[in-house]
Amino acid sequence: MKLIYERSQEGRRASSLPPNDLPVPEIPEELRRDRPPRLPELAEPELVRHFTKISTRTFGIDTGFYPLGSCTMKHNPRVNERVVNLPGFRDLHPLQEEEGSQGALELMWRLQEILAEVAGLPAVSLQPAAGSQGELTGLMLMRAYFADRGEAETRRKIVIPDTAHGTNPASVTMGGYEVTPVKTDPRGNIDVEDLRTKVDEGTAGLMLTNPSTLGLFDESIEQITRIFHEAGALMYYDGANLNAVCGISRPGDMGFDIVHFNLHKTFSQPHGGGGPGGGPIAVRERLEPFLPVPAIVRDGEEAFRLDYDRPKTIGKVRGFCGPFGVFVRSYAYIRAYGPGLREMSEVAVLNANYMLARLKDAYELPFDRLCMHEFVLSARGLKREHGITALDVAKRLMDYDFHPPTIYFPLVVPEALMIEPTETEAKETLDEFVDAMLEIARDAAERPELLKEAPHNRPVGRVDEVKAAKRAVVRYLFEDHPDLSKEPASGRELEVQKGA
Amino acid sequence: MSFLSLTERDREEMLATIGVDSIEELFRDIPEGVRFDRELDLEPALSEQEIVAHLEELAAKNVDTGRELSFLGAGIYDHYVPAVVDTVLSRGELLTAYTPYQPEMSQGVLQAIFEYQTAVCELTGMDVSNASGYDGTTVAADACYVAKHVTGRSRVVVAETLNPQVRQVVKTYAPGFGLEVVEVPHRGGVTDPDELAAAARDAACVIFQQPNFFGCLEPAPDLAAAANDAGALPVAHVDPVSLGVLEAPGAYGCALAIGEGQAAGNYQSYGGPHYGFMAARSDYVRRMPGRIVGETTDVEGRRAYVLTLQTREQHIRREKATSNITTNQTLLALAGLVHLSWLGPQGLKEQGETCMALAAYAKERLDLPLAFPDQTTFKEFAIRVGRPAEDAIRAAREQGVHPGYALKRDYAGMEDALLVCVTEKRTRSDIDRLAEMLAA
Amino acid sequence: MSLAAAESYPDELQYHSEHDWARIEGDEATLGITWFAQDALGELVHYEAPEEGAEISKGSSYGEVESVKAVSDVIAPLSGVIVEVNAKVVGEPETVNEDPYGEGWLVRIRLSDASEADDLMDAAAYKSFVDEQ
Repeated sequence: MKLIYERSQEGRRASSLPPNDLPVPEIPEELRRDRPPRLPELAEPELVRHFTKISTRTFGIDTGFYPLGSCTMKHNPRVNERVVNLPGFRDLHPLQEEEGSQGALELMWRLQEILAEVAGLPAVSLQPAAGSQGELTGLMLMRAYFADRGEAETRRKIVIPDTAHGTNPASVTMGGYEVTPVKTDPRGNIDVEDLRTKVDEGTAGLMLTNPSTLGLFDESIEQITRIFHEAGALMYYDGANLNAVCGISRPGDMGFDIVHFNLHKTFSQPHGGGGPGGGPIAVRERLEPFLPVPAIVRDGEEAFRLDYDRPKTIGKVRGFCGPFGVFVRSYAYIRAYGPGLREMSEVAVLNANYMLARLKDAYELPFDRLCMHEFVLSARGLKREHGITALDVAKRLMDYDFHPPTIYFPLVVPEALMIEPTETEAKETLDEFVDAMLEIARDAAERPELLKEAPHNRPVGRVDEVKAAKRAVVRYLFEDHPDLSKEPASGRELEVQKGA
Repeated sequence: MSFLSLTERDREEMLATIGVDSIEELFRDIPEGVRFDRELDLEPALSEQEIVAHLEELAAKNVDTGRELSFLGAGIYDHYVPAVVDTVLSRGELLTAYTPYQPEMSQGVLQAIFEYQTAVCELTGMDVSNASGYDGTTVAADACYVAKHVTGRSRVVVAETLNPQVRQVVKTYAPGFGLEVVEVPHRGGVTDPDELAAAARDAACVIFQQPNFFGCLEPAPDLAAAANDAGALPVAHVDPVSLGVLEAPGAYGCALAIGEGQAAGNYQSYGGPHYGFMAARSDYVRRMPGRIVGETTDVEGRRAYVLTLQTREQHIRREKATSNITTNQTLLALAGLVHLSWLGPQGLKEQGETCMALAAYAKERLDLPLAFPDQTTFKEFAIRVGRPAEDAIRAAREQGVHPGYALKRDYAGMEDALLVCVTEKRTRSDIDRLAEMLAA
Repeated sequence: MSLAAAESYPDELQYHSEHDWARIEGDEATLGITWFAQDALGELVHYEAPEEGAEISKGSSYGEVESVKAVSDVIAPLSGVIVEVNAKVVGEPETVNEDPYGEGWLVRIRLSDASEADDLMDAAAYKSFVDEQ
């Protein structure tokens, strides 16, 4: 398929603008642009066809089953798209006066109240733009909290289990802290004995995903909380897997002091090919003074306003109040369920356990327990016996029109396949996927070349990632654009891709 | 209402396959002490129709730019969004895909990101762009993190004419990065290159905005030169709409070009979600935060696209990553690509010229003292209304006109100053109406 | 297509447990990564080299090597001062995969403490070490 720049013809255009008959002020020569940017030049029919073709070469939840572990690829209700496009939301300027934005403020205030109830923590800031930014905001809150207590210099360490998403350690460094890793025990919980040796008066806090990236609820959570709180440290809950426990177990009740939500996971903001997301945080009372500004507060019964008067605030982590359109969709989504959010999580867990039960004899199960909303299998046995890797399994699944699960994560499981069906799938879909996985396991023994050469029905086959990294062609270069098909392939086996 | 597919019979069969009697049993690993023992205290579930009615009611309490003639800008702009943007964004495949980890499944979105990166590089005159950052504020913090690692220095300089929200976010991130933030005050609405040069000594980077927060054109080439002379990375925060008429940051020596993409293809949406863009000279490609798509070939030698240079990123480099960003703003960046493709180079230039011409007309028509009379401005300008700005705003809003942003919220000594924004969506008669309001 | 080398651990080299080798010649040493390390990483696409004249210390990182799926610190088996960086590997990192002990060397250093070499493994010891991995 051609790039849009390769479809361009000089002088062609799609846009029409109101004619301007007013004089255009002179721009000083040194500030004026002489060489125009080489933007695409297409008429509207070709423009529409180009992006339609782009969309048909993209697989979304609307296309088919997308069990990408840890990403909670659930159905995105269409009503949410309708309401987010109401002019009162879509065309509202963020600096509109408070009396002209009461509906937006009320919606955000209501969403805060809901998230506080789901988290079991009283104070919420909607501002962070995504889960990773929620993490970083949480670490900033820890820093401000300890600075306020005169402990900023001594408390330097954040404990993170070896199963954590890479964002956790990356956030720790960006927050000015140091990572202390802690091991996983044979049941897939945090190794509490290892933990005891690592938590002391130099510890600022813990970052934990619970259920973990292994899809397992940490059975030692109460002990873990005690260890941190006795050491005067704080507990941060990475809400990546909150879809398992809404209305079933609340992070605040587990002992966590700070929680982030992923609105694009649990509360169905569409993933948009990579984003946008939303990463609100909820905190315990003692952390509330440090939350980002503005806070959204209610004055009396009806009036809502933005409160900047928070002397201890960490400041702002993003423009305005956060990704408002995401709030509209998530609020609409939650209102559809009400207290029935519990059933949403129950069915997510039921679906995952059903698939696990059907698959665990054909693939290795590193931790033989009931899972929560997702589970991790290992293709280690297939690799040992037939030379078939998790990557091969993933690629072969594409031939069945399924998006593969997350692979090679978490790092503690070799040849990991991390499967998260979500609650919105029909049983027939789960069965079709399981049947495909079982057939693939059989084919690994009988027809391994079928897997090695997969996928067979996609616009491209396996891609040369080594060439991509070495050549680093990261934009179209017009007349200087290289023809990479004329350059030799890289030597090694084409490399793995990771999720999460 | 719920979005579940399982029937009662499905559930029974599935529980039997698992070998448990009830759904509750699936949660047996959760210790008693942390189980939630009541129902969530949330309002009852609503049907689809009720949801629409409820949200329509909330939306009606807002005064959007369709209900009020608005001259508000200050970072988020009421530019025209063409219908083709809505068409593309409503494609379910694009709306509901995630980060293209599996390139065979995602050639479409990968190619779109590659095309977006190209557009951003063309606009800014840079070599490499990432797939998007959160917004125009966080990309400034990202730029500081890049500069810290490139230079090993621990101070960043920001012009006071940089959007106040951008400065606030940089200041919020700075302690964690181990950075100190220094502000250079403006002189008559723009930054003085000599003052900037003095501040830039030992600085990791210098961030300025073009056009700046007051709408004034900074002496950007001189500011970039001052930073380069001091060994600090010059970072330009730019408005994409201006880049059809204003010089590209890459052409005047900037190391990084960043900005808020909203003005190109996104609705105002009360401040988000939008996209921040970030582009750099090729020297800094390995320090870039976020996703980058590269071109390559598949096993058959066919052209293909794939996420590349991933060893920069958190899922591989973990605590040493260039950033923690994972979920980004791809869909909004895609809207930007569609919008810029709709405009084309000629359309972008015309749009910039129209904004400038209308703003110039407004300056003349309003006939009020300019806060910075000596400066060339783009689509915004600051005026003195001769009374507290909030009084002028209140009075005009009662007549259905929002006249602009009160600069006293961010700048001392500007109690009566209003920042007025004129996009191509405003007409001459709109401006005449504003003039009447402010004369009253 | 670049050809990957076959597994080997030459007798004349000394080895560090972080999968680095040293060839000591007088008061200088040439350093690189072992066959085992390059095999685990896959085809290298980038070598982040130290500056010439930089001091490096035994057990600490002095550079990075990257494949598309992983990045690894390169650990100094010995302390010293960098006298030369292998420019060929900077330009063609896959040289390390093709010839890890020859053309794929990473740096040459002037040793600051020759006695440090006493703690390194010989080829036989290192080979049994990697067999346990």
